[in-house]
Amino acid sequence: MKSILSTKNLTFDYIRRDDEGNVEGITTAVDDVTLDVKEGDFIAILGANGSGKSTLAKHINAILYPTEGTVFVDGKDTSDDKNIWDIRQCAGMVFQNPDNQIIGQIVEEDVGFGPENLGVPTKEIWERVEESLKAVHMYEYRKKSPNKLSGGQKQRVSIAGVLAMHPKCIVLDEPTAMLDPSGRKEVIRAIRALNDVEKITVILITHYMEETIHANKIFVMDKGKIAMEGTPKEIFSKVEMLKKLRLDVPQVTLLAYELKKAGLPLPDGILTTEELICQLS
Amino acid sequence: MIRDITIGQYYSTDSLIHRLDPRVKLVGTLCYIISLFLINNWPGYIIATAFLFMVIALSRVPVKFMVRGLRAIVLLLIIAGVVNLFFTPGEELWAWKKLSITKEGITMASTMVLRLIFLIMGSSIMTLTTTPNNLTDGLEKGLSFLKIFKAPVHEMAMMMSIALRFIPILLEETDKIMKAQIARGADFESKNLIKKAKALVPLLVPLFVSAFRRANDLALAMEARCYRGGDGRTKMKPLIYKKADAAAYLVILLYMIACIYFGRIFKF
Amino acid sequence: MSIILDHVCHTYESGTDLKSDALKDVSFKIEDGEFVGLIGHTGSGKSTLVQHLNGLLKPTSGNIYFDGADINDSDYDRKNLRRQVGLVFQYPEHQLFEADVFSDVSFGPKNMGFDKKEAELTAYSALEMVGIPHDLFYVSPFDLSGGQKRRVAIAGVLAMKPRVLVLDEPTAGLDPAGRDEILSLIKKLHDENKITVILVSHSMEDVANYVDRIIVMNDGSVYLDDTPRNVFSHYRELESIGLSAPAVTYILGALQNKGFNVDTNATTIDEALHTILHALKA
Repeated sequence: MKSILSTKNLTFDYIRRDDEGNVEGITTAVDDVTLDVKEGDFIAILGANGSGKSTLAKHINAILYPTEGTVFVDGKDTSDDKNIWDIRQCAGMVFQNPDNQIIGQIVEEDVGFGPENLGVPTKEIWERVEESLKAVHMYEYRKKSPNKLSGGQKQRVSIAGVLAMHPKCIVLDEPTAMLDPSGRKEVIRAIRALNDVEKITVILITHYMEETIHANKIFVMDKGKIAMEGTPKEIFSKVEMLKKLRLDVPQVTLLAYELKKAGLPLPDGILTTEELICQLS
Repeated sequence: MIRDITIGQYYSTDSLIHRLDPRVKLVGTLCYIISLFLINNWPGYIIATAFLFMVIALSRVPVKFMVRGLRAIVLLLIIAGVVNLFFTPGEELWAWKKLSITKEGITMASTMVLRLIFLIMGSSIMTLTTTPNNLTDGLEKGLSFLKIFKAPVHEMAMMMSIALRFIPILLEETDKIMKAQIARGADFESKNLIKKAKALVPLLVPLFVSAFRRANDLALAMEARCYRGGDGRTKMKPLIYKKADAAAYLVILLYMIACIYFGRIFKF
Repeated sequence: MSIILDHVCHTYESGTDLKSDALKDVSFKIEDGEFVGLIGHTGSGKSTLVQHLNGLLKPTSGNIYFDGADINDSDYDRKNLRRQVGLVFQYPEHQLFEADVFSDVSFGPKNMGFDKKEAELTAYSALEMVGIPHDLFYVSPFDLSGGQKRRVAIAGVLAMKPRVLVLDEPTAGLDPAGRDEILSLIKKLHDENKITVILVSHSMEDVANYVDRIIVMNDGSVYLDDTPRNVFSHYRELESIGLSAPAVTYILGALQNKGFNVDTNATTIDEALHTILHALKA
């Protein structure tokens, strides 16, 4: 499979300044990260608040540039200025707060914003808006004001807005953090459909463990570094390690872990209810 | 709940006026306002009244919505009426001490009040039948000739439409912050002016912090979606004149000619 | 001391086309020292309800009694009510405004008419209670991490020495460890400082682990009001109103279907562990 994103020794420092603008110190937000994502993958990035996941995400979309190291998106170097618009079209980004990323005053106009910026002809914009809204099941809301939608619906509109730019990869930076459980489910379902049906590479940043169990691969970040990487099964079998990194495991996994500690012969990294029941029977 | 308010009081329905190009409506409103100050006799006012009511009828917006806009200027209407009524020199009809009502005063007061009422109603037809977004588009396209003078027309229009989107969100946020501070004993109802100003600090600081954060987030989101100013952008809903728009321009032109001819020149 | 809601209704924008009933005939009583979870999906009326408890909103009809007095009587001291019933809103960003943490926390007690020394003392002890280290007392609240901001916001309300603490989604946006820390802090406040706590939450696991009683809101009415065990035994009904039971409830339900003799009313990991081990031994 072709590589869609690869970073090599990516390091990002930002300089802290005091009120007078004097340099107070340097904080390394991302520290020597090397990773490779293949086309069509579903990648999850976990990490506590302040572990550098959002900073990493902003590099994929060429919003930030590495202080050291390189980031290649679809074979293009993000620090080369002439690639910036291609990269942003290729790797779309959905942010945490639904209210702060919707620009249009009507749902369909917001979804059309990206294609308008790309200079897509009017007729094709309408086609793209229609297919994108249908992909996230928001087509019947196309004439509504975003202010009247629920959080989950707003995030789906944001996803459609990115989809309309025909990206190869979508980076979602904690898209469910401000949603209620049913909104979270809606959004995760939409994201999985993008990956399964549209074959778009997904990079999902979250701190809800349950949302990552369908990923091909999970990266766990801590203090700017990649602390763990592996399949969900591999990652969630290390309960103690995750707890140390201020994270958690899905409830089923936790129960299985406790049962194992109590002496039952169970394998590590049970992720679903079915698996647990199968093992217990 | 606050999010339900619509800025610019758009009344959603489908009518001939709603479907017109926003540029036509902008030009029409401007012409109507000019006409109000051109006419100086009663046939002119008859034409202006007839035109106004024709457009109201075509717009299918209930008249009570037009009248609603007048509530804000009731005080202005009263002052304009009273000042003109009592302080216009001329043929005296009634006098008491220094106050006097003259024939000219009555004419002056009634035309002044009528002009103001028509002005507000005329411009509220525009805002009631055009979505703020559409209006912004109309302004952007209508003023695009200013670009040759390096005026940032696209940027201004973009700012306007973003402001329109965020006003309800920030209003709601203001309400939440106020409640959070009232829960900590803040007093926003004090009659004392200094206390009142002081009470605003706990409201304004979080509000500004939040507004800046939102602005920053939005700028990032726009950049991430390849926004790079007006050059090379296409439009999802481009403004294109249709036959109805041409007809509307013709009606406006005829109205202006009628106003000038019967309202100023023609002697009865 | 108790809070009594007697047939409380609240209608937004009454008399206009936008009229909506946010609360419909809500009645319940919260006793001194309870730890209550208030759950319901977005728009179920939870937020409207909590704003009635300290008089931020007035019922359209019905009455609310605190310590036996009607809080909406014209001569009722509402400022004192807001001191007694502390309300912490969801986002700390909505209340932090001072130049440093300590002054921000003193804002509440000063408004409540505590003298300077007393206000500083209560602010100090409130910051200690929520576990903010001394070296953060004089930094700007805007420089804190998400979890720290949340603590400072809670301290800002605690400093008024409330007897009832109402928290709206105190864990939203925090990482798992941050969530646990805030929840154990709230539990500590309840257990050690004898504060009555009303916790508004979306997370069934959080609610199941901490509270003694759950009030489920749906469409402006009280849908269920019972112990966590009894509430979650209705998990099918909960699903029909857009909620769900904790994950363990489903696991135990599935195990029972497979013929295991487990107690399906268990709601926490500990309880589940117990009943599964018990069933396997038998």
